[in-house]
Amino acid sequence: MKHIDLGISEYREAYRIQREFVDKVANGESDNILIITEHKSVITIGRKGSADHIFKTEDIEVLNIDRGGDVTYHGPGQLVAYPIFKLENEAKDIHNFLKFLEDVGINFLSRYGIAAQRNPGFRGIWVKDAKIGSIGIGVKKWVTYHGMAININPDLRPFSFIKPCGIEGVKITSLENLSNEKIDINDAKHKLKDSFEEISLLAETICKR
Amino acid sequence: MPELKLPELAEGVNEAVVSFWHFKEGDTIKEGDEIVEMATDKAAFNVPCKFSGILKKIVAQEGDTVKVGQILAIIE
Repeated sequence: MKHIDLGISEYREAYRIQREFVDKVANGESDNILIITEHKSVITIGRKGSADHIFKTEDIEVLNIDRGGDVTYHGPGQLVAYPIFKLENEAKDIHNFLKFLEDVGINFLSRYGIAAQRNPGFRGIWVKDAKIGSIGIGVKKWVTYHGMAININPDLRPFSFIKPCGIEGVKITSLENLSNEKIDINDAKHKLKDSFEEISLLAETICKR
Repeated sequence: MPELKLPELAEGVNEAVVSFWHFKEGDTIKEGDEIVEMATDKAAFNVPCKFSGILKKIVAQEGDTVKVGQILAIIE
């Protein structure tokens, strides 16, 4: 799978790169590509979101963006994956693609011995009653963008500034909290890419090309 | 008159909310133009128009919840 690593990126710059690749993948100028990054601190509000779900910002920038879902926080130590993938069966695959992302997240965490699962009530990646990963996508020309964020070892305090994903009283955790050992972010990037590859082989939602 | 309908999304996902229209009534639409952005719980997606013509009437307004198969707009 083709991928690029943007290092620690500004949200807006990473967004610009995503949209460039959406056009290229839609036109057939590029294969499907996985963009991996960490963001500088930012709070984003999706299409189903509300600014009422932000209690304070402490000068963290707030952006309204074109993904599904509500409010979330991104910052260094959180691994963000933006799969720019062409959907095979177009609209029918949109929600299967969300499940695909959850499967990737669950597979990734299993590589660290963490048993994550879906939560029947809420999308995302959960370990018991705590949320470790969030998903939310945009689709243009049946090509996906935005994607998934998994907490490796970020400062979790800014999550208390918001009502993450609009869920009342949700507990947020990180891989490092759960595993009691230092996690190397570059190693995590490799593992996440491997999980995308492994689950992609099983997925029917993605155009194989 | 061709009717643009909300496509099937996935098993168990029956509706979406209109975020905004990229075109207004009276605009000329080409087949494949992304005409409206819709949102479900975790996805925001653009619906391409299946026909070329004039956007005659917007049936589903911004903020409306639309069920799969329901009419979004009429193209002439």
